[in-house]
Amino acid sequence: MQCCVCKEKPATVHFTQIVGEKMQKLDMCEECAKSKGINDPSFAMADLMLGLGASQEIDAAAAGVQLKCPRCGFSQTDFKKSGRLGCPECYRTFSEGLSGLLKTMHKGTRHIGKAPEALRKTRDNVDRLKTLQTKLDKAIAAEDFELCAKLRDEIKVLNSGATSKVTR
Amino acid sequence: MNDLHAFLISPAEATQQHGPHDRIVMSSRVRLARNIRGLAFPGWAKKNERVKVLETVMPAVSSMPEMSDSFSEAMDNLAPADKQILVERHLISREHAAKSVGSGIVLNREESFCVMINEEDHLRMQALRPGFQLREAWQAIDRFDSELEKKIDFAFDNDLGYLTACPTNLGTGIRVSAMLHLPGCVLDEQINPIIQSVNKLGLAVRGLYGEGTEALGNVFQVSNQMTLGESETVIVERLEKVLAQIIEHEQNARERLLEKKAKVVLDHIGRAYGVLANAHRISSKETMNQLSLMRLGVDMGLFPNTQRTLVDELFLVTQPAHLQRQVSDKLTAEERDLIRADMVRERLKNVARPVTKPNGGKAN
Repeated sequence: MQCCVCKEKPATVHFTQIVGEKMQKLDMCEECAKSKGINDPSFAMADLMLGLGASQEIDAAAAGVQLKCPRCGFSQTDFKKSGRLGCPECYRTFSEGLSGLLKTMHKGTRHIGKAPEALRKTRDNVDRLKTLQTKLDKAIAAEDFELCAKLRDEIKVLNSGATSKVTR
Repeated sequence: MNDLHAFLISPAEATQQHGPHDRIVMSSRVRLARNIRGLAFPGWAKKNERVKVLETVMPAVSSMPEMSDSFSEAMDNLAPADKQILVERHLISREHAAKSVGSGIVLNREESFCVMINEEDHLRMQALRPGFQLREAWQAIDRFDSELEKKIDFAFDNDLGYLTACPTNLGTGIRVSAMLHLPGCVLDEQINPIIQSVNKLGLAVRGLYGEGTEALGNVFQVSNQMTLGESETVIVERLEKVLAQIIEHEQNARERLLEKKAKVVLDHIGRAYGVLANAHRISSKETMNQLSLMRLGVDMGLFPNTQRTLVDELFLVTQPAHLQRQVSDKLTAEERDLIRADMVRERLKNVARPVTKPNGGKAN
């Protein structure tokens, strides 16, 4: 039997998953199995086979419900059909399924670059807080209490400042 | 009914616009995709929702200083032939031309800013410049966007950036692109390796009318594909670097062709002239491909008394919708081929046949 991924080497890893009433089988060589993370307990075969958020979809289908955007009613099936989302809110609704897709599509998964002026300050503050927090953690680990105190003060100032809520 | 034709720059004027390196880089464009917070994207929105978006966005865009003298119209008020004219001018996408109720366009007098409303996203705003001017186009659309965000609440997420209908545009929502005329690379059979290496850098190479179209007339569009995880300036700078290299390749290819395969090149250009100056029926596709070779001939100094603008104008006015526009009767494709040939012969009447000794192609 041949590996179903590389179609070259003989399949030595056989994987069977039963979801609801469906049974799926995969036969792979050692290497491909490893690269697909079969040993990883969180591995979802459906994602590998069907792409974006398929396992969630199957889970949901098995439970008789489908993930839908609460704002616009867009479903995962709709995304599969069109490759487009329904509304800005959909990015939150389907974030789990999308994150893998974004990774393969783009340079990174976090936006770098322009932001609307109104959010720019908040955005900078969030970034600065993050760096300060990492510095603080390091300082604590290093038992540099003088630096700790200084960083804590800076964080306090940033937090008390006009940090309006980050909205979507 | 609007008067799109009174507004549009005439083909003759349009080809008079010059920019750096416009021998090879025909035009530069930067497009930003934006959507309104809390509203369904155009592809999912109901008709009345789309109409509402159009009714709020169009006046906001038209009131921008850049649009002080502009043409704004709902797509359902434009005749199919007019939409096609806009596609042939590269002002709107083919997808947008297919839209009707609830979509619209705002275009400024200089044709340097054009906003599509309710294409795939609520707003697709573009800055256009002749020649190699990506940075200028980015700066122009950046300013435009910064002003417009004071009037429209754009959907933005702190982690994901500007939210777009298609995840491929997420983040910056930017598409930086240039239209390139690369007959040298094609004749020198270098175009495929170039396309491959450009693809490897994460950039797309497409044909004359964008996604899924053929590279008619040796015209290629190069653009970025990734929009998330890199800033706009990084993307613009990468495109600039890659384009500078493609320009060099094209220049080298032209020189090498003249040096090593002069007869082949002269033959191609001579035949192109022969066909164009003497044909009695000619398709749009063949016209573009032959005009491309003639344009190369002009660049190489083979038509000493002919301006490139003559060729560029023909390139535009021989396309189906532009051609149809010049006659009153509705033409079939067959009839257009006859009229096209008549027109090209007429325009080339005073163009002498190519000289047989290239003069190095110094003219720009």
